[in-house]
Amino acid sequence: MNRRRLVLSVNGGDHEVWVLPSDTLLDVLHDELGLADVRYGCGEGVCGTCTVLLDGEPVNGCLILAVQAAGRPVTTLRGLMGPGETLHPLQECFLRRGASQCGFCTPGMVLTALDLVRRRGRTSREEIRYALVGNLCRCTGYTKILDAVEEYADQAADTPDGVPS
Amino acid sequence: MTTVGPPQPAGGQQLTEEQLTGQPGSRYRVVGQSPAHHDFVDKVKGALHYAADWRLPGMLHGKIVRSQLPSARITGIDASAARALPGVVAVLTAADVPSNRIVEMASGGLAELEVSMPVLATDRVRYLGEPVAVVAAVTQQIAAEAAELVSVDYEELPGVFDVESARADGAPQVHEVGNTLVSWQIRCGDTASALAAADVVVEGEYRSQHVEHAYLEPEAGVGWVENGVLTLRVSTQVIEHAATIARILQVPQSKVRVIAAYMGGGFGGKEDMTVEPYLALLVWHTRRPVRMIWDRQESLVGSTKRHPFIMRYRTGASGDGTLTAQQVEIIGDAGAYPNLSPRVLFAAAACASGPYRVPNASITSSAVFTNNVPSSAFRGFGAMQIVLGYESQMDELAARLGMSRTELRERNFLAKGDLLPSGEPLGTCVEVGQTMRRAVALLGEPPAPSAPGKVTGRGIGCNRHPYGRAIWFRDKAAAWLSLQADGTLLIRCGVTDLGAGQAASLCQIAAEVLGAPLDDISIYIGDSALNPPAGGTFATRQLYMSGNAVLQAARELRDRMAPVAADLLGVPPDGLEFATGRVWPAGAAGAAGGGDGGGGDGHGADGHGGDGGGVSVTLAELAAACEQRSISTAHLSTWRGEAGSFDPRTGQGDTFPDYTYGTHAADVEVDTETGQVRVLRYAACHDVGRAINPMRVEGQIQGGAMQGLGYALTEDMDIQDGYAQAALFANYLIPNAQDFPDVLVAIVESGEGKGPLGARGIGEPPIGNVAATIASAIQDAIGVRPAQLPMTPERVLALIDARDT
Repeated sequence: MNRRRLVLSVNGGDHEVWVLPSDTLLDVLHDELGLADVRYGCGEGVCGTCTVLLDGEPVNGCLILAVQAAGRPVTTLRGLMGPGETLHPLQECFLRRGASQCGFCTPGMVLTALDLVRRRGRTSREEIRYALVGNLCRCTGYTKILDAVEEYADQAADTPDGVPS
Repeated sequence: MTTVGPPQPAGGQQLTEEQLTGQPGSRYRVVGQSPAHHDFVDKVKGALHYAADWRLPGMLHGKIVRSQLPSARITGIDASAARALPGVVAVLTAADVPSNRIVEMASGGLAELEVSMPVLATDRVRYLGEPVAVVAAVTQQIAAEAAELVSVDYEELPGVFDVESARADGAPQVHEVGNTLVSWQIRCGDTASALAAADVVVEGEYRSQHVEHAYLEPEAGVGWVENGVLTLRVSTQVIEHAATIARILQVPQSKVRVIAAYMGGGFGGKEDMTVEPYLALLVWHTRRPVRMIWDRQESLVGSTKRHPFIMRYRTGASGDGTLTAQQVEIIGDAGAYPNLSPRVLFAAAACASGPYRVPNASITSSAVFTNNVPSSAFRGFGAMQIVLGYESQMDELAARLGMSRTELRERNFLAKGDLLPSGEPLGTCVEVGQTMRRAVALLGEPPAPSAPGKVTGRGIGCNRHPYGRAIWFRDKAAAWLSLQADGTLLIRCGVTDLGAGQAASLCQIAAEVLGAPLDDISIYIGDSALNPPAGGTFATRQLYMSGNAVLQAARELRDRMAPVAADLLGVPPDGLEFATGRVWPAGAAGAAGGGDGGGGDGHGADGHGGDGGGVSVTLAELAAACEQRSISTAHLSTWRGEAGSFDPRTGQGDTFPDYTYGTHAADVEVDTETGQVRVLRYAACHDVGRAINPMRVEGQIQGGAMQGLGYALTEDMDIQDGYAQAALFANYLIPNAQDFPDVLVAIVESGEGKGPLGARGIGEPPIGNVAATIASAIQDAIGVRPAQLPMTPERVLALIDARDT
């Protein structure tokens, strides 16, 4: 099969890649661009470990072809951090609340939760549960993840412009 | 039984914290705090490199060709089309494996069969998904395509797919030597007479299902050859498999190195080898780096599962509710190969009577071969399935006697010094009663049904779960500590880290004893070549074993350096305090404001400065002074667990070092029209002895309880005639964020565990109680006890229908 040239806009930088038409966004981000925060977990769009923000919305990287992402902004977890790997406030909440155990689901959880809070501001625990249904965690039992997201959502609502970041 | 270990409380007296740490006077500084360790910082950054994340120059991609039938003879393998595919570098079959036998160490059970498992099947496949060939190619896609092109001819053979059929006369033999892999028995007293004399006898049969670990990180790794050494960096709980890999390749053990990446979950499913032998073969044959990642769908079919159990219980009691006898028969489906089944069924037998005093017991357990995918280790390891058995019996007894379920349990709880059915006395306190009272209290007032047609119920489930390997393994773990010239600390210890904070808790223990700030400690783990061996991370053994090893090493290193520090400070060696990166005269660290947290900058150059707290020296100054006196500041120490033996013929002897006790409690609502069970509130309480990191302890309990809720209510790796019914992850229902409520946690710290500073293990125990707790709540709601897992709406509705007809 023929590879084609593609420019992916990831975490604010453009990357030229040569991909097969069948390559998923997950394949290219993980294996070509070396973004280890985008992870293969099931390849079915069930577990959410390959979640990225595409045009600002969470999608499963395993269900999107790389060619579909051409020219559209892609954000992975690492793209949330500031200079010198400064943690995003939501990452701080995850750390403080012990919301990561093995850590494999963490990037997808954070990105999906961030999208929720950006859309909804302060939100209920039930709404957080609903938003995170597509991001499975096998370690934490979710309680500490919900605690972290709730804390961030409260912070976001308490800041003047609505969202801390 | 000789005991070499941490000081144990004598005569019921708890040791003081001072005696436990050797730190005079004050409270713990670091232990009992919940700092976020470096691996968790990396995890929230997405910066951690898991097993699938490494690429090496010239790397190939490996893919396994798996059996399409559960029971068949292989009549031919044609790999010519696969080999002809451009980009394919190797196609290997059984003939290419130097020693094609994986033999689990015989465990010593009754009539145990010695059956080896091939790395690649030769002339026979015994389960669907059994590896037959393995391919390496320049891309993952080509490897997958080549695997499809390997043509295997089969002649289908009759198979056997459940343990009862497998034990029947004339059943197809999974292996020529027979279908019963091993049996265990534990016996005490005269069970038959005691049951005959009992005022009340209850009995029941309980069944559990195949369960998938469903760690989110699939099996993965990369391998290469360097300096003639085969090196694998894989997702594994056990780097000691290096020795098995060396046997397979027929190379010296010194030529194989295994590195364990931080895992994306394991839960026992990465305790056996997964990708290792296949990566090893491909790397060794091609002499190129190779990566292998199992597809999720491949993992569902081909990875080990939790054993389905059949559990038959008869329990006798006197009229006041005192247990007098218990007869238990447990049969586990081992699947097609032994793996860890003998040990799983041993744990089941050893824990079959739960946290209760049973003076007369007759317990048998057997592992039986079938043509299902092999069962093996899974969080709980046999000791979790049986909780449904013994707790169902307690609830039935309570109902029969008209006693409350809690009162009946209180009457029968074990206490320190009591004998288990194996004849061993319990060496530490049993606070299961306290856990029960606290778990129930967490629930608050029982809720009312939310609508007509719905009923609510409350359930409890208590358990006794071992931590540490069976005593007859004579377990040991080693750790190496080094105080660096700048006063920072290195730890090397061959643990693997599942995400529970295995490495982090070792740092907290070392920080507590040596006073090095946590930020100044780096820990190197999971490398069979560069770390002192610590044994794998399984059996809830790492805090107990490696925690004690690090504690011992830290104390010994401190004892060696103490005279030097005493000399510098002009105080006696037993009058020192190691804290905040300094050594102080006893009591001075607190006075200087150094008593909180374990953070702080610690190692400034103003050692003899004495600002506010008097004179102290930095750890850097201590290291320099030791160097001047030719005293080494590096130290290796091996900690040995208890040694003992078990006699499988008499059913008496040593089983496990100690146990963790706990209770869960739940309120559920059952829809009597649909059978749907909704969990309204869930609470869990365990005695962890000492919480090294309370937030991580809570996380283990919450996560274990959630896995248990999946096991109790939704998860079923149904295998019909050898074929897994869930071929997609979408068909296997692990809990999502909406399925169940928050898990409320209470932690009891009795201070009496055999782990470091009195800790007990908490990795596995909290998954054990859940199914029994939910069954108890459903019984309370509908008046009938579910006896088969998972408790699906169909099954609950059938119980309601049967009750009403």
